[in-house]
Amino acid sequence: MARKSLRKSLQLPASLPLSLRVAFPLAIGVGFLLLWQWAVGYFDVASVILPPPAAIGHALFADRATLFQSLLTTLGITIEALFLAFVAGALGAILFARSRLAEVGLFPYAVILQVTPSISLAPLIVIWVGLDHIDRALLILATIVAFFPILSNTTLGLRSVDPNLRDLFQINKASSWQRLVQLELPSALPYLLGGLRISGGLALIGAVVAEYVAGSGTDMGLGWRVIEAANRLNIAGMFAALALLSGLGLLIFAALSVLQHFLLRRWHESALGDFR
Amino acid sequence: MAAPIPSVRKKQEVVPRVDEAAPRLLRIHEVEKTFRNGLAALSDIDLSIGKGEFVSILGPSGCGKSTLLRLIAGLGEPTAGAIEWTGDEGVVSLEHPSLGFVFQEPTLMPWRTVASNVHWPLGLRGLSQRDAAPRVNEALGMVGLENFATAYPRELSGGMKMRVSIARALVVKPKVLLMDEPFAALDEITRTRLNDDLLRLWKQEGWTVIFVTHSVYESVYLSSRVVVMSPRPGRVHSDIAIDAPYPRDENFRTSAAYNEYCREVSGALHGAMAATGDL
Repeated sequence: MARKSLRKSLQLPASLPLSLRVAFPLAIGVGFLLLWQWAVGYFDVASVILPPPAAIGHALFADRATLFQSLLTTLGITIEALFLAFVAGALGAILFARSRLAEVGLFPYAVILQVTPSISLAPLIVIWVGLDHIDRALLILATIVAFFPILSNTTLGLRSVDPNLRDLFQINKASSWQRLVQLELPSALPYLLGGLRISGGLALIGAVVAEYVAGSGTDMGLGWRVIEAANRLNIAGMFAALALLSGLGLLIFAALSVLQHFLLRRWHESALGDFR
Repeated sequence: MAAPIPSVRKKQEVVPRVDEAAPRLLRIHEVEKTFRNGLAALSDIDLSIGKGEFVSILGPSGCGKSTLLRLIAGLGEPTAGAIEWTGDEGVVSLEHPSLGFVFQEPTLMPWRTVASNVHWPLGLRGLSQRDAAPRVNEALGMVGLENFATAYPRELSGGMKMRVSIARALVVKPKVLLMDEPFAALDEITRTRLNDDLLRLWKQEGWTVIFVTHSVYESVYLSSRVVVMSPRPGRVHSDIAIDAPYPRDENFRTSAAYNEYCREVSGALHGAMAATGDL
């Protein structure tokens, strides 16, 4: 039963038997790769246009040490950015929930930050942090990209507290701190986790695209590997880096889904399934 | 104790004094409530409630009975008039004594277990989960849920959730229990059983209960006194004593006296609604 609700948290369809739901998409993937391998040979496609999957696999294996190092770099920036976005977004939301004035005054600027294509700030931020600290610029850009969903979701969550529970806290003379920790934050948790899952993907996009625009620091991330491979017309190496980026995105999404599942499974409708 | 009073129209200063009518607990004195949008919810409410009474406030929806209960609980200030409490030594105060409040919905925290929900008001008062465990267990025992301490609210039925809500109200050993149509959303069988539980606990614990309802039968069965309110703005229409002895049970429900009281209260309710053109 726990597996059933975990599946729901991962947003997998539930009507088909588990074996089929794993085997069928896997079969499609393998079939696609075989077709690709065959078509590249049959139509004699140049490998600078589209390398066969076997060549991509080979590139993955041959460059495994450098690619893995880049994977760790990108993962590191993504996690740090997500953490900073979480702290800033949650604190901002608490401020907005506490003070209507703060929300009215500041929310428009949060929206402006959100609607401005943050990547266009890259040259400015690189100048500010200095060319010898590109990694900081990447972190700042990825944080800006990931920040908004956490802020807006958590603000919404803090506002959706059951008014009767609010009254009950007042009748029992709870302090403002007790109300925040025992009522508002738990009420907002499902919203916050939903925002975190969106922001996890955005932080990865931010970390990669910032590298496209701002360049790379001393440690090269996967974004820079893609650029580098393209410059050398090493298309198989580029596909290898892209495959790792997909894997990384999946990993982050799955990790945040599992976190959401374990924090909410006992009580929240979104993770329900055990008792129906 | 002279509590600071916000500057509102007609509101009287409460000076430290001893209430002569000793068993009186609560005096609602010329209370008016007008909401910010200009809606007059309550007008000229004068009511005295004695220690240990079980008072039902009965009226059609929109008569301000919930508003009155909220004012008694200190949720909002009356526009005019005062709500005064008489403490143990007969000293009058605007501060309410320890009270339990039960809403129409169970109003539990879904992220806490049953035991943790019941422990919550004690936790606010600085009592740790371990130190409070005997009292939490006692409260759960009083509502018959000692075997559900580790369950989460969504695993319980509506009636069981309501019992948790009552356990949470009684764990603080309140002097006063305020209930806002607590059983209105429950089925008849569950409601009957909870009514009997409530009467048993009321006698056992020596509470004063103020019980808002729109059910004539429920109010007569439970109360030592029924206050009937008329709507727009809410006023006290009539105040009827139910002089039947406790404990009350199924025999009372089928007795001639019960029927007579129901007829009387029902008549008063019709009168209250007719007076404002609702009938």
